[in-house]
Amino acid sequence: MATFHLRFVQILSVAALGMATTVVHAQEKIRIGFMLPYSGTFAALGVAIENGFKLYVAENGGKLANREVEYFKLDDESDPSKAIQNANRLVQRDKVDVLIGSVHSGVALALTKVAKDNDVTLIVPNAGVGAVTGALCAPNIFRSSYSAWQTAYSMGKVAAQKGKKTAMTITWKYSAGEEQVAAFRQGFEESGGKVLRDLNVPFPNVEFQATLTEAASAKPDAIFAFFAGGAAVKFVQDYAAAGLNRSITLYGSGFLTDGTLQAQGKSAQGILTTLHYGDGLNTPRNNAFRTSYAKTYKLQPDVYAVQGYDAAQMFAAGVKAVGGDVKQKDALRKAIRAARIDSPRGSFVLSKAGNPVQDFYLREAVGNENKVIGIAVKALADPAKGCRML
Amino acid sequence: MAAPKANLETLPRSVQLALMMGLVALAAFPFVSGDYYTEMVTRMMIMAIFAMSLDLLQGVTGLVSLGHAAYFGLAGYALAFLTPESEPVNLWWSLPLAVLASGLAALIVGFFVVRTRGIYFIMVTMAFAQMIYFLFHDNDSLGGSDGLYVNFKPIATLFGWTPFDLDSKVTMYYFTLVLVVAVYAFLRCVLWSPFGRALAGIRVNEHRMRAMGFGTVGYKLTAFTLAGALAGLAGYLTGVQSGYVNPELMGFHMSAHAIMMVILGGMGNFAGAIVGAFAFEYLLHVFKELPQVGSVDLGKHWQLWMGIFIVGLVVLAPRGLLGLFGRLRQSKNAKGDSHE
Amino acid sequence: MDLANFLIQLLNSVQYGLLLFMLAAGLTLIFGIMDVVNLAHGSFYMLGAYLAYSLSGAFDSLLLAILVGTILSVLFGLALERLLFRHFYDRDHLDQVLLTFGLIYIFEELRSILWGDDVHGAKIPDLLSASIPLTETMSYPVYRLFMSGVCIVLAIGLYLLISKTRLGMKIRAGAFNREMTESLGINIKLIHGAVFALGVGLAAIAGMIAAPISSVYPNMGSQVLITCFVVVVIGGIGSVRGALIAALLVGLVDTFGKVLLPQVAGMLVYILMAAVLLWKPEGMFKQ
Repeated sequence: MATFHLRFVQILSVAALGMATTVVHAQEKIRIGFMLPYSGTFAALGVAIENGFKLYVAENGGKLANREVEYFKLDDESDPSKAIQNANRLVQRDKVDVLIGSVHSGVALALTKVAKDNDVTLIVPNAGVGAVTGALCAPNIFRSSYSAWQTAYSMGKVAAQKGKKTAMTITWKYSAGEEQVAAFRQGFEESGGKVLRDLNVPFPNVEFQATLTEAASAKPDAIFAFFAGGAAVKFVQDYAAAGLNRSITLYGSGFLTDGTLQAQGKSAQGILTTLHYGDGLNTPRNNAFRTSYAKTYKLQPDVYAVQGYDAAQMFAAGVKAVGGDVKQKDALRKAIRAARIDSPRGSFVLSKAGNPVQDFYLREAVGNENKVIGIAVKALADPAKGCRML
Repeated sequence: MAAPKANLETLPRSVQLALMMGLVALAAFPFVSGDYYTEMVTRMMIMAIFAMSLDLLQGVTGLVSLGHAAYFGLAGYALAFLTPESEPVNLWWSLPLAVLASGLAALIVGFFVVRTRGIYFIMVTMAFAQMIYFLFHDNDSLGGSDGLYVNFKPIATLFGWTPFDLDSKVTMYYFTLVLVVAVYAFLRCVLWSPFGRALAGIRVNEHRMRAMGFGTVGYKLTAFTLAGALAGLAGYLTGVQSGYVNPELMGFHMSAHAIMMVILGGMGNFAGAIVGAFAFEYLLHVFKELPQVGSVDLGKHWQLWMGIFIVGLVVLAPRGLLGLFGRLRQSKNAKGDSHE
Repeated sequence: MDLANFLIQLLNSVQYGLLLFMLAAGLTLIFGIMDVVNLAHGSFYMLGAYLAYSLSGAFDSLLLAILVGTILSVLFGLALERLLFRHFYDRDHLDQVLLTFGLIYIFEELRSILWGDDVHGAKIPDLLSASIPLTETMSYPVYRLFMSGVCIVLAIGLYLLISKTRLGMKIRAGAFNREMTESLGINIKLIHGAVFALGVGLAAIAGMIAAPISSVYPNMGSQVLITCFVVVVIGGIGSVRGALIAALLVGLVDTFGKVLLPQVAGMLVYILMAAVLLWKPEGMFKQ
């Protein structure tokens, strides 16, 4: 009935005032499309991102720039082969004004293609694949998370600062891992270190023993690893069980210990990682966010929730700048690019390529928390290799 | 194992009529629908070609391949490699080449697999598909885990004349529809050719066929190759439509879904494969769109509904939709007259 | 690669191979004796891991959890056989593929509803949490030795069961010729139920003992399933001995492949399989 009433008012105002467009726009809901994993390995991440996004909107009375929002969501299954059709459903059928997705890098790449082809605003709330804000960068493409390069490069710097001379890397044989490893090498070797060898394990194999043995026999000063989720738990446990934690320092990008500490238990204690967020970040902004999130969802937030929350903040900044008229795409996107986002991770701005220019924290795994013990690199910007907008 | 039951090879007049009506409906569809649904039905038709190609093995010859997606994906990759960085590739030579690539791969793998039988065949086809999957997944020069883009849709220029433009969604739709009809007609001819009869004979009793002097291995290898090539046709079209290929196109799930489609519609007559492909894609769509009821988001648990549906189907209607239809007709026409 | 390193890698490959064997043994028996394709076998491995996680939390003892978990999973196997699989022995392989593919979906979603989608760990018992130093940088966890020990004991048990007991004799007879066995008055249905439950139990035990070192996470079953298929194909369907040798072989190729030929490590086991099939199209020890 309410919608009918609304329609009636719309029609009346159209007739009476003759300035249809602005009025209708102010009444229509803003359409937000979540294309996130809701099943499979990344399901928990997808939910956290959605929760984070909705939390920000709820904190603002369920509205963005005084306009109601409507959510459309679908399970991307972390399957890139279905990504184009899934994204098309949100864009062409549901006519969303903004796309939020995804976790899996391959899916994010497909989304980028669809967003560019259809001129829809896209905010990537996790996938760190460099090309999104690199070779594929475009005015309508943004990221609220990180680039793979950022997390691993900063760890390379830290490793060298800690006096490590030689290192080896271990990751799955897939694009995301290879990007991380290359960035670690760059950061480490720029500061005088030397990466002896890159080891990898076939994806999604979690039998690490052979690779660990190989690494142990080469005796580097440090090992840099990139794994996430279940594989990260197993890797860290195997590492400790093989006694390597006593002889070779393990470093990683934050994913190695994020959301996994409870499962990793003792074996993760003391591991240093770099990330743009840490649960134990003790700032008023973060504390307020954590309290609010915990109260709403009866769950502790994680980095993924923050990325979802900030995706909402970024979009909100754009919507506000155009007074709620999301059809003014260019102005909306310019506003997002110009915005300073007051994130729980600390405030950040976006690079020209649309990736956050943010501090990377050095964190230490203590108990069930990644405690922030310092800043690894301040205001680190992704080099956006291949981006033509620079 | 019980010998596979005879399939519904000859289509009852009523089914033929329904198929004709379906064709007319498909031909008219773009006139009444928007871009999104036109694309969706295009995709369903591509899947129908894929399912028909598998039906040649699964329904006609009785070979259950759990790795058919490999040949589907390969042609998509072939398109990605053949398309230059900044201009389209010509349709008229890239399409046959991609189909040929898939066929060749199927020939090579077939050499290993057609000599195996039953469960072996299932597992070996699956393992080879995994091998091809990892070949592409692990090699950056082949696109790696992120896959490859097809930046331009193929151009249909022939001696300076361009009859149609695949960039248009409607044109792509009709191009696919023509191919569906062509593949169907071709496979129906194959089915009733001496070659097709030999394949059916292999399904029913391979020993007897051999005893009668048929080189069954050669027949099976030919069928495997042909099926792979036709799967390639579907894969090529997928590459054209989405502009993106990824190792998952060759994955285990894609192969299993193709099996589902063929079963769902009914095997061995290719019409069932078409019906099954449409039904399967539509069902997936429906399950994922289920609404939130109270605090339970039914759509979120689409895997559960899909699983229950599959198990239910195989328990209740093992011969698929067309089979179920046939059975209902049978029991209506001749009550108590059992054919089993 | 020096000798010490080589020996450690050998140990790693044997341990991995033994774990694969636990899964493959049940799979090959179900294939061989009931002639049933079971794609959902990996789900039993996952079930075991999740049971270990839940029960070891509840009992505060992994060993007790494994004991109770084994009983639960065997009961689960019996029920599943009774309700579903029994009706599929005489059906096409195709129907079996479909049934078990559908089951994968169901089990994954039930897992998501029951346990959520987070990653969990199970604690290694204090008694087994030590490590034995092997080189100055590397040591070998006692728990892995324990795992291998359990696998070896179960492998021997399985061998004795099949070759020395009456039940084993009936199983072998049933695999050889079902009608004949039935006509001799042996209740083949009972045997099928027992074999199926045995397979489920073995896979679940593998999941349970692996839980503390592999962690517990969604989809963990499907990853290991395909490797097990390769093991069964190489070993020859229905042959437990073949499965053991093939599992060790796959462990060896996988372990050394990762280190020596990392570029093609993902494909190596499949290449191995193709090679074996060229040589012996029915696997090494076809029954």
